[in-house]
Amino acid sequence: MAIYKLQINGQTYQADVEPDTPLLWVLRDHLGLLGTKFGCGIAVCGACTVHFNDQAVRACVFPVSAVGSASITTIEGLSEQGTHPVQQAWNEVDVAQCGYCQAGQIMTAAALLKRNPNPSTEEIDAGMNGNICRCGTYHRIREAVTLAAAKLK
Amino acid sequence: MSSQPNTSRRNFLKQSLLAGGGLLIGFKLYGAGLAPAGEIENAALAAGSVDFNSFLSIATDGTVTIFSPNPEIGQNIKTSFPMIVAEELDVDWSRVKVVQAALDSSKYERQVTGGSGAIPHSWKRLREAGATARQMLMEAAAKRLKVPVGELSTQNSLVMHKASGRQLGYGELAADAAKLPAPANVKLKDPKDFKLIGKAINNVDNGDIITGKPLYGIDFYREGMLTAMVQRPPAFGMKVKSVDAAAAKAMPGIVDVVRFDDKVAVVGKSTWQVMKARKALKVVYEKGAALESSTDHDRLFKELLDSKEASVRRQDGDVEAAFKRAAKVVKSEYQCPFLPHSPLEPMNFFAHVRADGVELVGPTQTPDRARGVAAQITGIAPEKITVEMTRMGGAFGRRLMADYVEEAVQVSKLAKAPVKVIWTREDDMTGGNYRPAVRYRFEAALDASGNMIGYKLRGVGINAGNPTREHNFPSGSVENLLIDSVEHQSPITTAPWRAPITNFLAFAEQSFIDEVAQAAGKDPVQFRLELMEKAKKSPVGNIGYDIDRMQTVTRMAAEKAGWGKKQGVHQGFSVYYSHRSYVAQVGEVALEGGKPVLKKIYAVSDCGQVVNLSGARQQVIGGIVDGLGHAMYGNMTFREGAPEQQNFNNYRLIRLKEVPEVEIHFVDNGIEPTGLGEPALPPTGAAVANAIFKATSKRMYNQPFLEQDAMKGLSQ
Repeated sequence: MAIYKLQINGQTYQADVEPDTPLLWVLRDHLGLLGTKFGCGIAVCGACTVHFNDQAVRACVFPVSAVGSASITTIEGLSEQGTHPVQQAWNEVDVAQCGYCQAGQIMTAAALLKRNPNPSTEEIDAGMNGNICRCGTYHRIREAVTLAAAKLK
Repeated sequence: MSSQPNTSRRNFLKQSLLAGGGLLIGFKLYGAGLAPAGEIENAALAAGSVDFNSFLSIATDGTVTIFSPNPEIGQNIKTSFPMIVAEELDVDWSRVKVVQAALDSSKYERQVTGGSGAIPHSWKRLREAGATARQMLMEAAAKRLKVPVGELSTQNSLVMHKASGRQLGYGELAADAAKLPAPANVKLKDPKDFKLIGKAINNVDNGDIITGKPLYGIDFYREGMLTAMVQRPPAFGMKVKSVDAAAAKAMPGIVDVVRFDDKVAVVGKSTWQVMKARKALKVVYEKGAALESSTDHDRLFKELLDSKEASVRRQDGDVEAAFKRAAKVVKSEYQCPFLPHSPLEPMNFFAHVRADGVELVGPTQTPDRARGVAAQITGIAPEKITVEMTRMGGAFGRRLMADYVEEAVQVSKLAKAPVKVIWTREDDMTGGNYRPAVRYRFEAALDASGNMIGYKLRGVGINAGNPTREHNFPSGSVENLLIDSVEHQSPITTAPWRAPITNFLAFAEQSFIDEVAQAAGKDPVQFRLELMEKAKKSPVGNIGYDIDRMQTVTRMAAEKAGWGKKQGVHQGFSVYYSHRSYVAQVGEVALEGGKPVLKKIYAVSDCGQVVNLSGARQQVIGGIVDGLGHAMYGNMTFREGAPEQQNFNNYRLIRLKEVPEVEIHFVDNGIEPTGLGEPALPPTGAAVANAIFKATSKRMYNQPFLEQDAMKGLSQ
């Protein structure tokens, strides 16, 4: 066990965990940040996507010991009230069915728009293809990313 | 409160009222300080709330709380149920607060999510609940305003007396109204006056979903709660011989290792510690039953298709004689593999077994079954067992089963602690309860003019029960018909999977009808319509579908897709009746570099009255994507009882790039609503496969399509 000081959503959190503990389980079990979801545990579904210095990463395979002083953003930190343009677009397009994958989808979309504020349809497809939605909300995900990009202008 | 089975509607509403008075049924706070309270919180109703019946209460400030009793798995019931109540109550939707009700058999009749049955079951009940409360509010207003109730009307949470221009808010009237006797036979709205029903209303949980609030079972945490993971046999047919848990028990954070059935559970303080300790378990397994491989099943299917013993499901006329005099016979076989359900939230459940009761919290489509298994395991009376339903991260039928609830109860009982059992993705995928693998053989006899005079279908399934739907189309349109089935019992467990049986049967039937149309030299849409016409004019035996509705969706889909009128694309048709609804689809495939590429799917659905247009569109689009993805990629295989796919790296789910354009329409016929969670899925496989055939002359006989020779090397 070791003590880690983590910069998450603009706050400093502390966790006493084993160094190989994935960030996902530190967030969920130790810090009570439950918006980041467990889907596959091997970084192929995207449900656990968070931002590591603005870059989308898979928290389920990201050991806490590798976080260092990086700034982590989870869905709770994107905006508390759902006012981020991506969150607003997700609400307006009414994207969610079961909703379980959507935090990961939103975090992936937010990171995509940060590095490319005006993505083409192909770029949206490529950027979002790593996130599985078992309910099949893909059409609305495309629509919501497009709407969020328009909101950011 | 009364739980008499024959409680009449009127008494039911009345009794609920008497039991009311702003009480809130036992919700617990999530998180216990760990996390913000989630959706099941509803710590308190707005001040001064009074219950009108099991479905709604109204607060003095006008806030209306509507309870949604059915489990939410993403089918959007938590939005559409309250919409129905709100419509008849004539309430301002923006002032409605929706609360997921816990299991309460004394208040609600069918707290189940399955069979696309919730809306058809509850449509009238929910309307009456809203209309009854509205009537009571009007009567209270009549007394207060001293006018006949007939002079009053309602709108947007107000009772209005137009003649005098006076009006009263629902909140001002609630306390008086709730004391009145519940009226019987209340008048329901004329559907043409619907203001909410039929509109696109956003999911009531959107705000919590987009901000990451803890809504799901896996998000349930409580002070002192332990986490457990369960080691199950690595292959179906294996059982535990011996367990050495010493190393696992000695690992950090581990509290206990318990054993029940053929399962070993590691119980500890955090998920990661439990995951690691589980790897240190030394469990020796031995063979307990047949260890079956997919190659065994392939062989078995072929043997059983020729079996002399089969369960006859339906027999019309003299099928052997018809085949003897046939001018042409078409014969084909279709096969589908096992499929895991793969809801993105893995199985999990919280149980706290105490001496005086059991508390259960988690994702379940059948809370009543969860309570039943807990009662059975603990010997504690069902009245002392509570079940709270969390929003579910998908289910697709998987959470109709209670195996993971049993595990939570067993572990809590043995470890004597509140415990949440969590499955990994690998546990979820290899843990059984699959869509059964099935093979069908179809035979059709045509006369010299291309009329289908004989039809045979045999279904062979592995733990599939009856893999046919014998009264479905084309039954009723063929004079001589035989439908039978053979079942193989296997240690590989199966369960209902979204649109059970029809999720594959529809593909096989609608592909085969295409083959028969081709052999008869007829257009596939025309051929189907002619069969339906024949079933209407000279019906043979029992017909389990409404022919007019089936013809309507068939014609409408052909029209919307420009059937047979397009250049550059190849179209395939499919129509199916399931879960009381009718869906016709047209798939469009283009050839690009000689390879078929799916461009578009049209769908026309007749589910009667659409309740929530946004949710309804979601269910149709989602059903199509689900049907397409699994037809294209889904494949679960076994080697000596062991699943050969364990996670999404070697089991492929459809992704965003792979979905084609989808255009959907609803038939507006004013019929009472029927199911929609499943019916759009069954037709998709054949609409796509028939289009692929049109483009390539290659027929998809087996799923997944991507592993068929014709599709090798394709990216789609």
